Amino acid sequence: MRRKIARHLIAITATVLLGGLVSAVLVRISPGFAIDENQLDPRLNAESLRALRASHSSEANILRFYAGYMNRAVHGDLGISHSLGQPVGRLLRDRVPVTGRLAAGGLALAWTFAFGLAAALAAVRISTCDVLAIVLSGILLCLPAAVMALLSVLWNAPASLAVALIVFPRVFTYSRNLLLNSYSLPHIVTARAKGLSKLRTLFWHVLPSCAPSLVAVGGISVNIALSAAIPVEALCGVAGVGSLAWQAAMARDLPLLVNVTVLVTLVTLLSDAGADVIGYVLSTREN
Amino acid sequence: MPRKLACLVLALVTAASLAASWLAPAGYATQFREAPNAPPSRRHLLGTDQVGRDLFSRTLYGTRISLLLAPAAALVATTLAAGIGGVAGFLGGVPERVAMSLTNLFLSLPWLFLLITIRALLPLNASPLASVLATFLMLGLLGWAASARVLCAGARALRTSELLLQARALGLHGPRLFAVHVISNLKPVLYAQFWISIPTFILSEANLGILGLGVPEPMPSWGTLLKELEGVTSLTEQPWKLAPLLVLIVVVTSFQLALSRQEVPL
Amino acid sequence: MLSSSALAESGSELRFCLHSEPKTFNPLLVADDAAETIRYLTGGVLVRVNRQTQELEPELALSWKVSKDGREVTFKLRKGLSFSDGTPFSADDVAYTMRLLMDPELHSPTGDAFRSGSGAVRSEVFAPDRVSITFPATVAGLDRLFDQVAILSAHSPKKEMAVLGPFMIADYKPGSTVLLKRNPNYWKTDSHGRRLPYLDSIRLDIQPNRDIELVRFKRGELDLINSLDSEYFDRVDATSPGLVHDAGPSLDSEQMWFNQVAAAPLPPYEREWFRSTNFRRAISQAINREDLSRIVFNGHARPALGPVSPANKFWYNSRMKADAFGRDASLARLAVEGFRLQDGILRDESGHRVEFSIITNSGNKYRERMAILIQHDLEEIGIKVNIVTLDFPSLIERITHSFNYEAALLGFTNVDLDPNTQMNVWLSSAENHQWNPREKSPETSWEAEIDKLMRAQASSRDPGKRKESFDRVQEIVVEQMPFIYLVNRDSLSAISASLQGTVPVILRPQTYWNADRLTVSAEAGTRGR
Repeated sequence: MRRKIARHLIAITATVLLGGLVSAVLVRISPGFAIDENQLDPRLNAESLRALRASHSSEANILRFYAGYMNRAVHGDLGISHSLGQPVGRLLRDRVPVTGRLAAGGLALAWTFAFGLAAALAAVRISTCDVLAIVLSGILLCLPAAVMALLSVLWNAPASLAVALIVFPRVFTYSRNLLLNSYSLPHIVTARAKGLSKLRTLFWHVLPSCAPSLVAVGGISVNIALSAAIPVEALCGVAGVGSLAWQAAMARDLPLLVNVTVLVTLVTLLSDAGADVIGYVLSTREN
Repeated sequence: MPRKLACLVLALVTAASLAASWLAPAGYATQFREAPNAPPSRRHLLGTDQVGRDLFSRTLYGTRISLLLAPAAALVATTLAAGIGGVAGFLGGVPERVAMSLTNLFLSLPWLFLLITIRALLPLNASPLASVLATFLMLGLLGWAASARVLCAGARALRTSELLLQARALGLHGPRLFAVHVISNLKPVLYAQFWISIPTFILSEANLGILGLGVPEPMPSWGTLLKELEGVTSLTEQPWKLAPLLVLIVVVTSFQLALSRQEVPL
Repeated sequence: MLSSSALAESGSELRFCLHSEPKTFNPLLVADDAAETIRYLTGGVLVRVNRQTQELEPELALSWKVSKDGREVTFKLRKGLSFSDGTPFSADDVAYTMRLLMDPELHSPTGDAFRSGSGAVRSEVFAPDRVSITFPATVAGLDRLFDQVAILSAHSPKKEMAVLGPFMIADYKPGSTVLLKRNPNYWKTDSHGRRLPYLDSIRLDIQPNRDIELVRFKRGELDLINSLDSEYFDRVDATSPGLVHDAGPSLDSEQMWFNQVAAAPLPPYEREWFRSTNFRRAISQAINREDLSRIVFNGHARPALGPVSPANKFWYNSRMKADAFGRDASLARLAVEGFRLQDGILRDESGHRVEFSIITNSGNKYRERMAILIQHDLEEIGIKVNIVTLDFPSLIERITHSFNYEAALLGFTNVDLDPNTQMNVWLSSAENHQWNPREKSPETSWEAEIDKLMRAQASSRDPGKRKESFDRVQEIVVEQMPFIYLVNRDSLSAISASLQGTVPVILRPQTYWNADRLTVSAEAGTRGR
């Protein structure tokens, strides 16, 4: 067991480090790297412009940059953001909780309604309600994220509602399809024919049979919520990691981008590992 | 009944978009400069946009690109997800672990920069078709990762299920077993992925416009039409501008309804 | 004048939005709009350009004198002033600020504006209230440049947080707000002897989205929008008349230009088009500027002709005439260069179809719409235009490094009235000479003439002579069209009824330039929190 955990940890660390490196490479090869908006400032003379360009020279060799970054990160220094001129560590410390709350609130809301609705619809099967639910999730899928964010501001609603509305149709669609599939499995059809109550069917038969996939949907919904946070934060004026990531991308802020990628990779891996553990516990209990 | 209606709607919208050159009262690029931002009238059924182009015509023409390419890209993404996630879960062991690590990595990387690089590699005077195809292809190639994880979990559960044990006992192995039993059992996730991807890709296409990718002006697409909604005024003061959104919702819902019945025999 | 009830009000707070994160609080390093706003509200300067009259007025300096050769300026300072933290202000602080500002390692945009020749800048303190600063060469418009120099304290332990302006930074939440509180030691008083500023605080919310800014303004959560989108102007006016103000054309211009760089990766025949004066002028004649201002800016912009906006009263050359607009006039000019229209397609002398792309920055809907109108206008003369929007870093890379573009559409913001700050645009050797930067020697005779005239105006102290030189520069630019000027946007703002004392002007900061005299009254408007 201990060995397994150790192996997992090594795999996670390796993936996270690889994620940081690949993101640094992606930024480095994209056009606009080491370009500063101020280069168009007519007041700056040739020497200042040269200095502006040279300010990114330490990042030109990406492997050397990354080695330096890891070396400093081990000592707790995550570097300084170019675009904001502040230590990345402090920026993340300030903003991770904000995004965490936003995403968690959005996820909780979305899951409660999406799963509740999907389970109820799968159990009762009233086709009008089914069509209505499909239309509702269709509407939410089609609304651009920016419109949702704008609506939440217009109606003075919390930003997490916008995140919830973005996550909702996705979770709903996956869970609805998974539940319906389970209901059509032969043993469940038999159980229902024998007159097993709806709740019992749901909890004893349907959920266990689609639990692994549902748990995996839970894992990816974290990613969906995080990517929804980018436009929502940017538009609603929430100072979280999402708006930070967007700003960093537009300014080609390498130190900040690498750290944000590392963070997102870590969250993705942990959500996946969490889903795995839950799936494992569920399957052993079932057995 | 809903399914037939949905198929009919899809057929109608497709036919209307194909017949855009006959149905549209004006070309998609014609500018009625004396009437920018006009409300609906007999002359302009859905009003005009900020530079005076007939929105009804633009919606019709925009359907062509979006209705054809978004489902195609969704198909690419779904196939990749099924291939990578499904196979990994089905095989288990080291291949699964490696595939899932890569999937997780894929989910976390800033692909924006890859798109920026691709724009830089395309010539500025690239034909609109090339730019549009490249955009949707990229969307398809980048959009598989999330559902691959769900598919992998589903396939993993199937691997040890009685169903597959029985199939194996009947002599089914390898690709055939995968195609016949695994994929058919993963259908609910595949349908979900396909359905969710269509509107997502339609909207993403417009967002890629900020990188110089996507459908170039003056060609319309649903994405670019919907992007104009991202202002307070269109939401509160010009509700007719929501028309393209309505069409998109109808089409996307029809897709789901059309798929929905096939997938679950009630 | 202000009512006594307004003056008696306490706890009054002005609220408006910054559109980006301020990149620095160091006034010497300010380069972006957000940081500029904070510098304007917190920094104390020796002299100030009155934003309404465009005249220079004394502030921390009681008087000043520029030497005949334009290399030296001597300031006589006010006595008995102190920084926000109580540290006394003296000539030492001016010398200290100038030493930091002119440090070549600092690369300050404000400092670079003073750099006219190589060599050190000397500051000499004669008395606690008298200081002179000597530059290695003549600096044109020297005294006006000090409008941008916020004086730092040489002795305060709080460094740049100790300020002489009406407000000081009290709190900063990155990504969210900057809170400014009134500076208790601010030196100015009103005519009744009451200490300025009237406001207790200013809350600056960091909000890049203009839609949300408008929603919050309408809700009464913001007191002003300093630069209102023209799209919203009429709508706000329709629902709440009297809150919006159009102060007329601003100094900012929107323009397009063709890539004339010799080493650019373009086919030789294209470079030949772009280097042809007649080609550029014909393009300019085919663009309907009236439509640009009417459709794209809802009438809140004026067709532009040359590099100086008519809003710049002193420097604008009013004798210039625009070429006649129209398809036929444009085609006639193109015919001179051998271009001909065949079956709706324009071809050059050797039969190449005239087609080019215009790049512009994404996210600016006005530029995108201008490009769409221009695309349509040029189609009328058989030219195929492809519009490509790019994110800003990619765009800058193309126009400053790879030169892999054909035409660009961008806007220039002019902060300063004086043409001397545009040296890096007009000199052929300059980096910001966008159409063909860093020329080793002027590649055309007209660029050589512009070089000569710009140097002449920079080395002269006689305003009349300087104006004569720069008038000619404007004429050459209009004749040669290296930049095709499109429109000058109007300076638009929205001001809530509860905010009093505002006089919107065209110079930045348009609405809060007299922030120390503004008041916010609770009863005049609903103030939601």
